[in-house]
Amino acid sequence: MPYPRHVPPALAVYALEKRYGAVHALKGVDLSVEEGELVGLLGPNGAGKSTLVKIAVGLVRATRGRAEVAGARAGSRAARAELGYLAELFRFPGWYTADEVLELHQRLAHSDGGAAERGRLLELVALDDARGRRVDGMSKGMQQRLGIAQALVGLPRVLVLDEPTSALDPAGRRVVRVLLEEMRDRGVSVLLNSHLLSEIELVCDRVAILRAGEVVAAGSPAELSRPRGVELETDEGTRTIEGAMRDDVPRLVAEAVAAGRRVYGVRVLTSTLEDTYLEAVGDEVS
Amino acid sequence: MSVVLTIMGYGFREAVRRKVFAVVILLTAAFLVLFWLATHYVFSRLSTITPPADVQVDTRTFAGAFLLGLAMFATLFLGVVLAVFLTLGVVSGDAERGLLQPLVVRPVGRATLLLSRFLGAAVVCVVYVLAVYGIALAIIDLSGSWAPPSPLVPGLELAGGVVIVIALSILGSVFLSSTANGIAVFMLFGAGLTAGLLGTIGHALNSTTIEHASRDAAWALPFEALYQDGLRLISSNASGLTGFLLQLGPFGGAYVHGWGIRVWSAGYLCVALALALFLFQRRDL
Repeated sequence: MPYPRHVPPALAVYALEKRYGAVHALKGVDLSVEEGELVGLLGPNGAGKSTLVKIAVGLVRATRGRAEVAGARAGSRAARAELGYLAELFRFPGWYTADEVLELHQRLAHSDGGAAERGRLLELVALDDARGRRVDGMSKGMQQRLGIAQALVGLPRVLVLDEPTSALDPAGRRVVRVLLEEMRDRGVSVLLNSHLLSEIELVCDRVAILRAGEVVAAGSPAELSRPRGVELETDEGTRTIEGAMRDDVPRLVAEAVAAGRRVYGVRVLTSTLEDTYLEAVGDEVS
Repeated sequence: MSVVLTIMGYGFREAVRRKVFAVVILLTAAFLVLFWLATHYVFSRLSTITPPADVQVDTRTFAGAFLLGLAMFATLFLGVVLAVFLTLGVVSGDAERGLLQPLVVRPVGRATLLLSRFLGAAVVCVVYVLAVYGIALAIIDLSGSWAPPSPLVPGLELAGGVVIVIALSILGSVFLSSTANGIAVFMLFGAGLTAGLLGTIGHALNSTTIEHASRDAAWALPFEALYQDGLRLISSNASGLTGFLLQLGPFGGAYVHGWGIRVWSAGYLCVALALALFLFQRRDL
């Protein structure tokens, strides 16, 4: 029987540290994105999210620790060949058309997808009717969607998106959400850095919350959304039973009925990701 | 190779769109028209210049070499303007505007990216310098029937000088903002020219101290030394008083010259590029 082969995570950082002079931006962060997993990165401004992302894609050098993409050192040619990246602040030359931007990146990424790939990517981000439009004639949201299409050139194994929906309206956000789900279905691993908790909660398999350069909470959105009790509405009014969980509901209802109460409604209370986030980051303002 | 050509084309399109070429072509056309007029009038009135009977001056060689020296200065200046505006923001400028990050994360690598931008600018500037120098030579030849003894090498040395400026500008762009880099490179260029003129003054005053200072500056800034060597070559067949007068002028004389400075310049170029690559590899973006 063959031994199981060790498959390295799609993206992993180990004891990652980064100092900018006196500022300790990352203080030994461990994080991994497994194959086909969608991991969200949350945290207030200055928590070190963008620094972590930039080290992972090779734009910034770590002070200590290491970062790997598909087992290759982050920033190496092998690592970059597996990556698609959308920077938080990026710009394409205004005189390029959407099609030319993608063609440029196809050449740099050694993608042989040709016009068919460009057409498919533009359709994916709802820019198929703007193929010949110059970047400087596009709205910020359109440029953001073009940036996402650019990150998908060559169908990368790992997708790193830094604030991909920051310039998008609700319809644009929905396009990105659908796209992320499609990427996950295709087995693409995604590290998503976003301020939008609802977005992270909807699409991510796991979430890591950073504060002052450290991971202060991590887990699936369900794990992070802890139960807070059960709310029982009876003829005596509404009562919250702290610590009770979904499994306790039949017993609680039976007890109330046995005590002669009329039960009008029951609600299992869970903390939202927002509650967990605010608990984790304290009073820091993003 | 196709990646190198792609990035070269990217830089070229950027320059076209930013109207760098339009400005330089306009300035060049204005210069060439004025130069043609000046050359035409100088040579058409050459016969009216009558030096004293006991002074042996070859007025045609003097006028031709002086005018070509002037054209070489203008060509170098315009070539440097083109070089600086093509490269002053290659790293810091593009990074500040967010243009660089999407390119750097691609598998091409930082070294290929930087060298391709250098090659793109070098090809454009070398073609430009040789074209303007060639047109100036043709104007002088057509107007005054004069040509330097070795016309090709001075043109190549001018182009080499501009290529060194490109390397310095790319090196500066790694750690300076676009504006600061542009100022720094133009100040270096000005310092080189001033040192060259200082050498001529030192020669006229027979001051070895000033000549030494000029020589040291030429080694430190070899684009100036290559330009000086080109000036020396265009008047290398002028002897006697004609040669002496040319050496006294602003476009005469080379105090560092020959293969020594050419080899030094090649090494200097390689070191500047290697340093730029080393710093770019380590730079956080």
